[in-house]
Amino acid sequence: MISRREFLQAGMAASAIVGASGFGNWSRLAAQQSLSQDQLLAFEDFGNVTLIHVTDIHAQLKPIWFREPSVNIGVGPVRGLPPHLTGADFLKAFDIAPGSAGAYALTYEDFVALGQTYGRMGGLDRVATVVKAIRAARPQAILLDGGDTWHGSMTTLRTQGQDMVEAMNLLGVEAMTSHWEWTLGSERVQEIVSGLPFPFLGANIFDAEWDEPAFDAYTIFERNGTRIAVIGQAFPYTPIANPNWMFPEYAFGIRQERMQEVVDEARGEGVDLVVCLSHNGFDVDRKMAGNVRGIDVILTGHTHDAIPEPVLVGETILIASGSNGKFVSRVDLDVRDGRMMGFRHKLIPIFSDVIAPDAEMAGLIDTQRAPFEAELGEQIGTTESLLYRRGNFNGTWDDLICDAIRAERDAQIAMSPGVRWGPTLMPGDPITREDIFNVTAMTYGECYRSEMTGEQLKLIMEDVADNIFNTDPYYQQGGDMVRVGGMSYRIDITQEIGSRIDEMTLTETGEAIDPAKSYVVAGWASVNEGTEGPQIWDVIEAHVKALGTVTRAPAETVTVIGA
Amino acid sequence: MHITRRNAMALGLGGIAAAALPARLWAAKLDDAVAAYTGGATAGEGGLTLTAPEIAENGNTVPIAVSAPGAVSIALFATGNPEPGVATFTFGPAAGSQSVATRIRLAKTQDVLAVAKMADGSFVQATSTVKVTIGGCGG
Repeated sequence: MISRREFLQAGMAASAIVGASGFGNWSRLAAQQSLSQDQLLAFEDFGNVTLIHVTDIHAQLKPIWFREPSVNIGVGPVRGLPPHLTGADFLKAFDIAPGSAGAYALTYEDFVALGQTYGRMGGLDRVATVVKAIRAARPQAILLDGGDTWHGSMTTLRTQGQDMVEAMNLLGVEAMTSHWEWTLGSERVQEIVSGLPFPFLGANIFDAEWDEPAFDAYTIFERNGTRIAVIGQAFPYTPIANPNWMFPEYAFGIRQERMQEVVDEARGEGVDLVVCLSHNGFDVDRKMAGNVRGIDVILTGHTHDAIPEPVLVGETILIASGSNGKFVSRVDLDVRDGRMMGFRHKLIPIFSDVIAPDAEMAGLIDTQRAPFEAELGEQIGTTESLLYRRGNFNGTWDDLICDAIRAERDAQIAMSPGVRWGPTLMPGDPITREDIFNVTAMTYGECYRSEMTGEQLKLIMEDVADNIFNTDPYYQQGGDMVRVGGMSYRIDITQEIGSRIDEMTLTETGEAIDPAKSYVVAGWASVNEGTEGPQIWDVIEAHVKALGTVTRAPAETVTVIGA
Repeated sequence: MHITRRNAMALGLGGIAAAALPARLWAAKLDDAVAAYTGGATAGEGGLTLTAPEIAENGNTVPIAVSAPGAVSIALFATGNPEPGVATFTFGPAAGSQSVATRIRLAKTQDVLAVAKMADGSFVQATSTVKVTIGGCGG
């Protein structure tokens, strides 16, 4: 971890690059209760190039609560490095005062209490205000979207991503890359892409049959006489983490050697700056930055990390802009003689009560939501507990989802995917149908019911654990551990695949899971074609309706060793 | 999560089939196969580029590319398959480049090994771990 001061020194020592980050400033102002839109946007213009980065919005058009994780473990060489810091450690590393707006936006501590002070975050109409303000100061700014945009809400599921396409077009996105977009199916993706007013980039998206590039790898912007190559990198494990049968024509992968080729090709065209708009996930990008020569800036995505300062790898800066519309990154760069000479950066938090909504975008959002408004707003129940998802092992939202699956599908064990999207609900909040869709909406939400042996359960748990805790980031898929209801287990994250998981027991009885015995297991988001069952949001709705009021303390079914 | 009964069973069966061959015998089989190609010579490093995915999208058809400028032949081994030998590619003197790309089936997570025989009779090799995974939980 580097403090701001050390960071400057590191930058100077490593090269001619000099940099600064404006995060600490607003954090302290906020602590004095003097938060204003002007302060959030304050930025001393720098250099001759400006990048604006949004990513992983997951179709959240409206302001939301979003609690950052309390457990976010880094393994191997990145243990304890950003973004693998939480709570007080995070605040200390970035010199953020506890109880400040920054603490609320970036960490989980006192989340409920601070939420009362600072309010919901995000909302694409507020994001639009910020983008317009930056463009007013820097008309040549380039707005880039890291993907996971056309997924994650009822409205985007029902319109097959159209509401987000309209909104992002109005926002003025100039290039994007992808991941969950593909779960709309390749035909729909092609249909949308053919009408986009900007390039849909993916250096690592290949034709599966011919093993050759299927989309533009990069695009070149000319701004103020400076030529900027933006390379897109889609989520490498889309066909593994998501149902490949929905987009069988395409193969992905990290393809580091391809990235080097593309960087070299862009440099060969004489560009002054190379930016990678990536959906690799932070640890993968950090490794790639160290191995691929010639990338100046990586705008990272996928792992939903919000890091208030750029992370420097050699002469490459990594920018992590959070998720769900909570943040917008502004990066000003001084580019001269084909080199990045310096930067100034700010992770702008979108406090929805402080930043005024942009009327034009607010109008578009209303129009997109209008056909669904009655359905979205219907109250299904109330929660007395904080319902959140983010964290490596469990969150109360998933605990509730697993409860619902076990109750409604009469299963001994429930499994819920360890995805990182899905906003939070505060104690006392109504649970609306929209809230349930916000944590479940997807094109393969069927809740299956099946039998698995203890051996198969162990195999699955080991497989998923290795996707998170393999010490080589290139073998990680960037999600969190599969959530399990009805079964407890112990995990030693320092072990190899096959040896991490033990002490699997049925939680209620304490009975050990027998490898040879069969158990009734239900879950959702299967990547297999032909999965049958009711949609998960209907399963949850029935359960919440039956409960009326939800009270759910965090499950204590996972024992973690080696963290 | 991500596994139907059919697939879970298929996986289970795969696991059993793979387990049927003891590790010791397996290693011997690989060593024999490599030795049959190299004549027992020790292979060096460098001069050969092996390109393989870190995680297979489909273990039944994993794209592998090998480039070894100046090689007279390249042999590919799937070190964890019941039969480790995959293919040997031979280049004539008129070959424009000494590189190959093919797709191979991998029974489980394992190292893929490429060994090239150079014009001077020496050998070089490279390995790459390809993970075969269930998938389904990325976020």
